[in-house]
Amino acid sequence: MTTTEARLSTAAQPPVAPPVDRTARRTALEEAVLPAVVALLVAAIVGDILILTFGQSPGTVYRLLLEGTWGNAYGLGQVLYKATTLTFTGLAVAIGLRAGLFNIGAESQLAAGGFVAALVGLLLPAGMPALLTLPVYLIAAAAGGGIVGGVPGVLKAKFGAHEVITTIMLNFIVLALLNYLTAAHLKVEGSLHTAAIHSGALPRFSSYIEPFHGSAANVVLFIALVTAIVTWWFLFRTRRGFELRATGLQPEAAEYGGINVGNVWWRAMTLSGALAGIGGLNFVLGYKHYYEDSFASGAGFLGIAVAIVGRNHPLGVVLAALVFATISQGGLAVNAVVPKQMVDVLQAVVIIAVAASVPEVRRMLRKAR
Amino acid sequence: MADSGSQSPAIRLTDIVKSFGPVLANRGASLEVARGEIHALVGENGAGKSTLMRVLSGMYVAESGRMEVNARDVTGWSTADAIDAGVGMVHQHFMLVPTLTVAENVMLGRELTKGGQLDRARAEREVAELSRTTGLAVRPERKVADLSVGEAQRVEILKTLYRGAKILILDEPTAVLSPPEIEELWQVLGQMRDRGETIVLITHKLDEVMAISDTITVMRHGRTVGRLRTSDTTPSEIAKAMVGRDVQLAMNYVSEETSSGPSVSAHSSAVESLLAVRDLVVTNVRRLTAVDHVTFAIAAGEILGIAGVEGNGQTELLEALAGLRPIRNGSIHISRRDVTNLSVKERGDAGLSHIPEDRHARGLILEYSVAENLILGQQHRFTRGIQLDRDRVLDNARKQIDAFDVRPADPQLPARALSGGNQQKIVIAREMGREFQVLLAAQPTRGVDVGAIEFIHAQLRAARSAGKAILLVSADLAEILALSDRIAVMYGGKLVATVPRVDASAEVLGPYMTGAATGHAA
Repeated sequence: MTTTEARLSTAAQPPVAPPVDRTARRTALEEAVLPAVVALLVAAIVGDILILTFGQSPGTVYRLLLEGTWGNAYGLGQVLYKATTLTFTGLAVAIGLRAGLFNIGAESQLAAGGFVAALVGLLLPAGMPALLTLPVYLIAAAAGGGIVGGVPGVLKAKFGAHEVITTIMLNFIVLALLNYLTAAHLKVEGSLHTAAIHSGALPRFSSYIEPFHGSAANVVLFIALVTAIVTWWFLFRTRRGFELRATGLQPEAAEYGGINVGNVWWRAMTLSGALAGIGGLNFVLGYKHYYEDSFASGAGFLGIAVAIVGRNHPLGVVLAALVFATISQGGLAVNAVVPKQMVDVLQAVVIIAVAASVPEVRRMLRKAR
Repeated sequence: MADSGSQSPAIRLTDIVKSFGPVLANRGASLEVARGEIHALVGENGAGKSTLMRVLSGMYVAESGRMEVNARDVTGWSTADAIDAGVGMVHQHFMLVPTLTVAENVMLGRELTKGGQLDRARAEREVAELSRTTGLAVRPERKVADLSVGEAQRVEILKTLYRGAKILILDEPTAVLSPPEIEELWQVLGQMRDRGETIVLITHKLDEVMAISDTITVMRHGRTVGRLRTSDTTPSEIAKAMVGRDVQLAMNYVSEETSSGPSVSAHSSAVESLLAVRDLVVTNVRRLTAVDHVTFAIAAGEILGIAGVEGNGQTELLEALAGLRPIRNGSIHISRRDVTNLSVKERGDAGLSHIPEDRHARGLILEYSVAENLILGQQHRFTRGIQLDRDRVLDNARKQIDAFDVRPADPQLPARALSGGNQQKIVIAREMGREFQVLLAAQPTRGVDVGAIEFIHAQLRAARSAGKAILLVSADLAEILALSDRIAVMYGGKLVATVPRVDASAEVLGPYMTGAATGHAA
């Protein structure tokens, strides 16, 4: 880098802004929401181009996509099912990012949560009422995910090991271990899943509403929504949430404010892992009632995108989970006219567009005033 | 207006407007500087001085206005154009590569090569020659990381001159220098002026303006509000132009004797020491000894000032006292209670308040609201169950905003939206607006405007009168002299001298600050 460039880069910071009025808060809201909207528009344009290259009409494809997702009860049920898992993994990644930690391990934390819940389910006596077993399952799933998340947290707090490295590596270790345990010891012959749990299975929506027949949507959706609300309350209303966010924003200032940053790190990672782990209940307790190897492959990684598009806000995470679930399910609906790989591309475009549009949209908003 | 009759001015800026989003940094600023003079550009923080000079040096492009250099219209030029035309700026924060040598840093961007390889020998020769002719003494083969702050600044100036600068802009050059280093800088600048070079000095220190400048331009709120000849004006006239009202300028020492009843003498053994530090040893990030067997005590109603050039262990001392940095040896007592092994939070509960030296890194969470920042470190006192009690947080904020005159008075605004002076007032309000016995005040007025300095100094004096013990660390010797009852000089991690205020002056302390004098005065 030449000296001129070095000077330019440091000169780019404007002086501290003088007093501003109350529009600052409205500005903050716009800056939080608009980048996601812009990103979706950009993704839609890229989607149009892709569709045209396959010789199809974008209008037709988007209509198919909507009809196959929100347009009928089965499609909607599938969207809600996928959105449920993504809400948990999105909240997990978001709470990590709020503490300044990038948890790449939601994938294995989700699997571990589902696995431990299924193990507990196999041990429980048959016929216990769901109201009694639900807390047990919640604790089991949270513990499974929480341990897998907590280990990188402790390694970071005690030894300064970077959580990105350790969570990626733990993904390999944990997924391999679960695969081994399932394949070698727990599987039902001829499959890669365990036997069915004995009690406490939660009902699918189709038990109450016939048109949902065949879709995986189940009442764990409501657990996800309650979890999002509790996460919001924890982050923005409690002392521990105040300390967690402070640590994420400015660890040095947090330390100055009497906050033990190392403790915040391992607790946040444990909490993050626990949230992802509870997501495993969506499959194990709500859908199939057994643990199956790689039951939600990719949902942990997609949680990173959900958190980023949702701007690490629980409400944003729920909305982003619905968007990604729609795109994901929509890919199956349009498979007849365009390859379903197109939706993978679209998901990636949304993420890139958000990453690029956050600073750019903010800059344009400021310029416009 | 031009001083030099027929000769065109070196710089003429007319009605410069430059904004950053909604913030107008320059709203019609003008500047005229004659050739071969030292021109002081003064104003409070945020007056738009640095912005105007960055426009002149091509870093920013102004929205409107006209720029002339040596009678040539240069409106909207680039940094490369400015360098080619001999306009160079030395920034407040050094832009040097610490792992490279002086010569390598100087030639960076204009590397000399021989057969594709860097020609270090020639670079060193040329830098040595330039160093000799300008009086900016520094050895070209030394690594920048090993230099003192004063030497690093000389390298910055050399770098600018090496690129052929005839018009030199210096942004707050004395902020990190000791008094003898400042004297040297004035000599070098004086020689440069005598050789016909033009110098613009950005500063808000009036003693510097009086000591070195020929003419003065005063800026306020982005506008030029005055142009003065140094020989025809007084510091109070300049200060009035800067602030727009009369200011209590003299930062005179007001001792307890003169201000309130019986004196509280630091030397009287009958007085309780609120802060007692014994044989403290602290290491820095590179595991080198930064605080070297330091012992001192501060009595109730006493301000102990620590003078010294930055980087002599003050930061490590403060962090160790606050509980932010582990210590190697020694003990710390607050109100006779051993706090050596207590956490930051426990020390706070034991009566320690701390105004940290860097409010942007430690003192504030810029994205948090004013109200949230006003409870940072006290969050465990504002709870209802496991929740934060938002009503009490807001009540506390309204009270503190009112008591410490934080503007704008909106507890919900993010701290980032406030000016530097008001941000510092948040820190002061939080640390001084609650129960405490001992206050660590590090650079309490850094980057704060004249009006806020007055206010903060008054708060510190009031705390002393209320019987608190205050450790004041400041790079500004005038501030140390204005407030302290006793002054200790820190050099190389040691307290090399401790003198009562009556015996202290820049002349007495200067040699200790540079290490020229050692040993322990009374």
